Amino acid sequence: MSVDAATVRRIAHLARIAVTEAEVPHLQGELNAMLAFVEQLSEVNVDGVEPMTSVTPMEMKKRQDVVNDGEIPDDIVRNAPETQNHFFLVPKVVE
Amino acid sequence: MTDLTSLTIAEARSGLANKSFTSLELTDAHLAAMEAARSLNAFVLETPDQARAMARAIDAKITKGEGGPLAGIPLGIKDLFATKDVRTTACSKILGNFVPPYESTVTSQLWRDGAVMLGKLNNDEFAMGSSNETSCFGPVVNPWRREGSNTTLVPGGSSGGSASAVAALLCMGATATDTGGSIRQPAAFTATVGVKPTYGRCSRWGIVAFASSLDQAGPIARTTRDAAILMRSMAGHDPKDTTSVDIGVPDYEAAVGKSVKGIKIGIPKEYRLDGMPAEIEKLWTEGAGWLKAAGAELVEVSLPHTKYALPAYYIVAPAEASSNLARYDGVRYGLRVPGRSIGELYENTRAEGFGDEVRRRVMIGTYVLSAGYYDAYYLRAQKVRTLIKKDFEDCFAKGVSAILTPATPSAAFGVGEKGGADPVEMYLNDIFTVTVNMAGLPGIAVPAGKDAQGLPLGLQLIGRPFDEETLFSLGEVVEQAAGHFTPPRWW
Repeated sequence: MSVDAATVRRIAHLARIAVTEAEVPHLQGELNAMLAFVEQLSEVNVDGVEPMTSVTPMEMKKRQDVVNDGEIPDDIVRNAPETQNHFFLVPKVVE
Repeated sequence: MTDLTSLTIAEARSGLANKSFTSLELTDAHLAAMEAARSLNAFVLETPDQARAMARAIDAKITKGEGGPLAGIPLGIKDLFATKDVRTTACSKILGNFVPPYESTVTSQLWRDGAVMLGKLNNDEFAMGSSNETSCFGPVVNPWRREGSNTTLVPGGSSGGSASAVAALLCMGATATDTGGSIRQPAAFTATVGVKPTYGRCSRWGIVAFASSLDQAGPIARTTRDAAILMRSMAGHDPKDTTSVDIGVPDYEAAVGKSVKGIKIGIPKEYRLDGMPAEIEKLWTEGAGWLKAAGAELVEVSLPHTKYALPAYYIVAPAEASSNLARYDGVRYGLRVPGRSIGELYENTRAEGFGDEVRRRVMIGTYVLSAGYYDAYYLRAQKVRTLIKKDFEDCFAKGVSAILTPATPSAAFGVGEKGGADPVEMYLNDIFTVTVNMAGLPGIAVPAGKDAQGLPLGLQLIGRPFDEETLFSLGEVVEQAAGHFTPPRWW
């Protein structure tokens, strides 16, 4: 399988990465090189094979439903580009 | 007094214990070496004040006999590990000046055991790369050069800063992480020892995530014994990482020097690639000979799905990365590039913040997970992964305790030499290491010789799940037979 220019733009949008028109042909070439490389997987017989979900056989541990951390809003917002009163600021979402 | 930077961790431990020198002296010697080696670009942040403060504090403890297993040992920390109040960037512009208010579990255990932090080490951006050329701080330089040449070589990646700093005697050991070979490949390129533990052996909490089902932290050091010493402090169960395994941490150092008599070692025929350099083939045969001479039994084994590991990896790892890296949106931390809407803010921030390799992988990951392609790519890759793991299980079921392979298909190459036109050219570096991550197994890379141009080459040993001890025993045999390799100082 290979991707066309429209698909490259669609993937970039899904990935939330701005891509200029000038970058599309180059990206298309790179993505198609990767897709050509992984194409060989189609020759493997995977009938009846379970997809891997956990590389070490283990039961997912469940944590106690208790508060064990918190009350640290200063730490939480310390690295944020824009904040106000312990809130993260973003451009207006709802008119 | 001998140059303190040339000591191994084991030697420094004795020297500190019998008061031949203090941790402050040891730390100062390494800080001076670090400053004199800035041309290698191994450190992206030097923390000399913190290092001296930690050294003074541990010296006081050593005096009282309360040192701990790593008391006073100066280490470098890969910039993928969150360090409290010390900038952590994963060598990406998108994390900017991120200063974590918390400490990763692995590094907190090193400090618990008395180690001293010299600074943060360079790596490929978000650990995505095999040459340390994708870092936003620029490439790391390998202290090794071809004989009679001044060509700048890469140290491998993604833990290139860790490998380069350890090889150049700038730190006694370093933390590293391995998702497809990022500990073992740079170790092989720099004549250092690198250990990728079993998945679940070390906590991933506080390590910047790349591909969560593959990522694992481990040490890079100059000897097998030193790697074993570091491993004991890094490993262990952590309730904050649900994939960290709740089993005891053995005394890995006790396995170093243990007899390997009667241990059955597999030589996988599928690792004998067409066009493999003759000297890699020769090294492999030599390594098998050393292990045999030490009493191990060598048998040919088959891992039929080996050739599919790398393509499957380049679906699974980017898929997980695209999900993990969704968090970098310019809102809660790191870089922010404004936009008229929140969507534009996300898109502008991520376009500006991610480098080319990261963008490429996020996009391919997004594609293979997208509606209509998930079954053909991601699901199929995860099924192939089951088959890769089964290959190893079948092998171990026949009594094989470890598998010997070359660590890399070549020695270190030049900066800018690979992957310019086709990204896959660079990916092929991990062809011998990536199977181990796909199967969640432990692996060790040990220096084993040099190529015709005088560059180091390494051998890899792959072990059964949670049997890192056998790897340390076998690694020591290779190390004793091959000897030690130190790059001549030119920087």
